[in-house]
Amino acid sequence: MAAIVEYAPGNVPEHDPRPLEYTNKDDSLKIFGFWIFLATDMILFGTLFATFVVLRTHVATGPSGQQLFDIQGFIEETFILLTSSFTGGMATFFMRRGSVRGTVGWLLVTAVLGASFVSLEITEFLHYIALGATMQTSAFLSAFYTLVGTHGAHVSLGIVWMLAIVIQLLRYGITAATARKVFVVNLYWHFLDVVWVFIFTVVYLTGVIK
Amino acid sequence: MLNTPESKSSLASHHTERFPWKGIIGYIMSIILTAFSMWIVLGHVAQYGTALFIILGLAVLQIFVQLFMFMHVTESDDGPPWQVLGLLAGLLFVATIVGMSMWIMTFNGQAS
Repeated sequence: MAAIVEYAPGNVPEHDPRPLEYTNKDDSLKIFGFWIFLATDMILFGTLFATFVVLRTHVATGPSGQQLFDIQGFIEETFILLTSSFTGGMATFFMRRGSVRGTVGWLLVTAVLGASFVSLEITEFLHYIALGATMQTSAFLSAFYTLVGTHGAHVSLGIVWMLAIVIQLLRYGITAATARKVFVVNLYWHFLDVVWVFIFTVVYLTGVIK
Repeated sequence: MLNTPESKSSLASHHTERFPWKGIIGYIMSIILTAFSMWIVLGHVAQYGTALFIILGLAVLQIFVQLFMFMHVTESDDGPPWQVLGLLAGLLFVATIVGMSMWIMTFNGQAS
């Protein structure tokens, strides 16, 4: 077994080919730990998807997805989130090139796209509620608001988290610790993009198939 | 030379990417896959069962686009990328929870 090479923060030799966030055992372990969190978060969304799928036809006296969903709205939300996943990836790319400006810039673009996604989703929910389709209307709508709302809450948290990391980048620059934080917040963001792709597919598109 | 960082992993190739090709390709792929599933459903090009099967397949492909083009899933500092095992375990739980719930709730068509 090869010994693990460790360096003090800010003292990584030029020849080390590993990205900064992997040069310290502690940071590498935190990245691994975050992957395990994502696996468990996946199970959380799995239970909500299971609930939604078995209840989606139970519309009681309320509307079905076919009658309710605003197609243009969820398409806009989808393309905004897909684009934000790309811009988040760009933040990781510039972090690995050691560019604070590039990393901060792309993180801010990602956070703005995330905020516009959340505001579109809130507008969508308020529109449905104005039509009388509330969480209490039917089992379908309870499951719908719980699943989509849990995703929206994750995205909202991700925006706050990203802004906190932007502040740290501006204060400390790109160190092994801030590099790891940029990497991990983007893992979270890409994961939420995948969850949205499934919400888009299972909830919205399946809801409007004729 | 076994103890040098260079001998440990394939991280070097990720580190030296000069232009974000993977990200751009990943973005284009995710847009194409999404547009394709939209076309399947909104263009009414397939029947319900077929359309559902195709769009679910396209969504699964999107997982791989994100994992490989954006999430650097194959990376680790030292040794194999153990996170893949964690993800597979998570996926097994999700498939069991969703699949068994659907199976038991639609059994004999009593519910849903």
